[in-house]
Amino acid sequence: MIPELGLFSLVLAFCLAIIQSFAGLAGAHWRKPEWLALVRPMATGQFVFVALSFGLLTWSFIVNDFSVEYVAMNSNTGLPTFYRIAAVWAAHEGSLLMWILAMSIWTLSVSWLNEEIPEVFRARVLGVMGLVNSGFMLFVLATSNPFVRLLPAAIEGRDLNPLLQDPALAIHPPILYAGYVGLAVAFSFAVAALIEGKVTSAWARWVRPWTLMAWIFLTIGIALGSWWAYYELGWGGWWFWDPVENASFMPWLMATALIHSLAVSETRGLFKSWTILLAISGFSLSLLGTFLVRSGVLISVHAFASDPARGLFILIFLGLCIGIALGLYIWRAPSLGSGAGFKVLSRESFLLINNLMLVVAAGLILMGTLYPLFMDALEMGKISVGPPYFNLVFLIPTLPMVLLLGVGMHSTWKRARWEPLRKRLKTPLLIAVPVALGLSFAWGRPSVLTFVGIFAGVWVILSAFSEIRERQEMGRNFFSLPRSMIGMLVAHIGLGLFVLGVTVTSVFSIEKDLALRAGDTVELAGYQFKLESLRNAEGPNFDAVEGMVTIRRNGKVVTTLYPQKRVYRVQTSPMTEAGIDAGWTRDLFVALGDDLGDESWSLRIQFKPLVRFIWLGALVMAFGGLLSMSEPRYRKIQKAEGVAP
Amino acid sequence: MKKRYQRGIQVALVLAGVGIAVTLMLRAFDENILYFYMPQQVVAGDVPDGKRFRLGGLVIPGSIERAPGSLKVSFLVTDNQKTLSVEYEGVLPDLFRDGQGVIAHGTMDDNGIFVADEVLAKHDENYMPPEVAEALKQVHGDEES
Repeated sequence: MIPELGLFSLVLAFCLAIIQSFAGLAGAHWRKPEWLALVRPMATGQFVFVALSFGLLTWSFIVNDFSVEYVAMNSNTGLPTFYRIAAVWAAHEGSLLMWILAMSIWTLSVSWLNEEIPEVFRARVLGVMGLVNSGFMLFVLATSNPFVRLLPAAIEGRDLNPLLQDPALAIHPPILYAGYVGLAVAFSFAVAALIEGKVTSAWARWVRPWTLMAWIFLTIGIALGSWWAYYELGWGGWWFWDPVENASFMPWLMATALIHSLAVSETRGLFKSWTILLAISGFSLSLLGTFLVRSGVLISVHAFASDPARGLFILIFLGLCIGIALGLYIWRAPSLGSGAGFKVLSRESFLLINNLMLVVAAGLILMGTLYPLFMDALEMGKISVGPPYFNLVFLIPTLPMVLLLGVGMHSTWKRARWEPLRKRLKTPLLIAVPVALGLSFAWGRPSVLTFVGIFAGVWVILSAFSEIRERQEMGRNFFSLPRSMIGMLVAHIGLGLFVLGVTVTSVFSIEKDLALRAGDTVELAGYQFKLESLRNAEGPNFDAVEGMVTIRRNGKVVTTLYPQKRVYRVQTSPMTEAGIDAGWTRDLFVALGDDLGDESWSLRIQFKPLVRFIWLGALVMAFGGLLSMSEPRYRKIQKAEGVAP
Repeated sequence: MKKRYQRGIQVALVLAGVGIAVTLMLRAFDENILYFYMPQQVVAGDVPDGKRFRLGGLVIPGSIERAPGSLKVSFLVTDNQKTLSVEYEGVLPDLFRDGQGVIAHGTMDDNGIFVADEVLAKHDENYMPPEVAEALKQVHGDEES
């Protein structure tokens, strides 16, 4: 009965979403106040029924209702309750339901938190959001119903994929999805603006906090996924340019570009059509990512069941979304008009470069991701595009961008002057060069590119700090600066930390595969790793072989690690659980390989300098975004439409 | 005048960006693409000499041999038509087993042995690399026809 109620709620929510979009779009077009009044209650109702549906599916997991096929496929009585809940979004059907839940929460928030937006415009935005969400609900109802019964019921479930039995991965999908779906808000605002035919500074101010929020979720979601891959996939890599990783990274790049171009649109009334285009492409790339993951055209850790009907549905949906949005864009863009001009040396120019570079990077990643699919479709051979391609094409636009960022942060709108810029940048530059040189030689002999990478990171951080100092000299307390300014500086410091971490980890990591017996010692990067012993261990739902590895430096014990090789009982698949000693300046990483016979085991040991800076940088970036979002002017009620602050 | 100047710069920037991007992409593509081959194609000589490629197939049960106390391992990979011997030194992925579908990256040496520098097997006990699955299907289709 419970699962049927869940399905019924979803059908109801679908109907409400349809009414919401019709009332919103038609009501705004024909100016019918009684239709417009329907939009908010519909958005609320839609949320209530989606949440109920999601809750009922979760309930089926908690009570181990194996008469529901989806539960039987992804859970087990031996699974701890926390993971039973996480199993709800462990596979295709449930994760789509979560997509829908996220969308209804965004819809609900837009309908209640945007009092300052004129009702007609808000109705249009919510109308578009309703269309997007009803498309996804139709997708679930037509192709991926999670409430399908299994007759006769299974006696025991097939269990959750052991890889997913991990706290970081349990929360990674909800956060990432919130980000993916959050881009639908910017998309809907863009489409609504195109329908109205005008983009104002006020419009940009309305969209900015939503875009920032979505961007924050994306940032944290991607960072969590990368961190998980690092310790759970077992081999110490933190980014693989896996197609599904790319599918989340491309929207992030577009969202980053969008945040910056929105800043120009809000402050200066420029880049309007460009901003709209970015908002459309950001969400389109989200949808494309969903298509790639769900259709089964790509196989990776993330790809679930492949079903051509699902792929086709998403492809049509994607085509409709992009087609309609771009059609509207082509029709309306000429009338959006362009604002005042700006000089070559100005903040606008730097933001334009930022945008171009981010879009070029996203475009090149898109090429590399889709190219094998095209080749295969044209029967020109099966190929794969490797990480070296992505590393190269990503670095080339982004490295100059980061170097220029240090200058761009200090330049003024409209027209910047060299003299004050040079004066401001002298100190950070004079400090950054020796610091970067010192860091470059701290772990070995650097190449020129390594130095440039490290310099870029240090330079951005120092440049951001110098801006803060500059303001203080002008007699302003740090905390009296506008929040969005502090947020911007903090986010850029985060970027600097990230760049530093990526460069140092990529260049100076040391990795060794070894065959060791109990009692053997090896030396790596000045640390002595001793495999003390191997023993059998037992977990709640797995058996394991556990190694004990003592790590010494100059005779003193630094730490003892217990890497495991687990075999989960239900799915009988082996899993590597690495032993990691995390630190600010370096990680020590030990993973157990296989039993080689003759009492020796293969081990992979690694020294990873500054690897934590990668995720730390991402978190600081997200925190900067949060500070920007808390900017009071985004919450102020400004009734006057279209008036720049 | 001002506007035209500005637009000129914008267009130039975009063109420069696109130009650089396309050049880089083509170069990078050329160097970093790996083609996929089955043992049958390798034996037939479809692979250019010395070229790095992806080899896919099934690990023949019982063919995995380790040199005791070292990380050297050798095994046979088949597409049910032809069989190739593969050598690898390093830690194997968790799901590398007898009878599993695998993909290995590497080159052919002079003795007709595939020397792998990377071995992939995905994290699912039912996983079969899609290229391998499809290629095996094709091989069976050929037999029937």
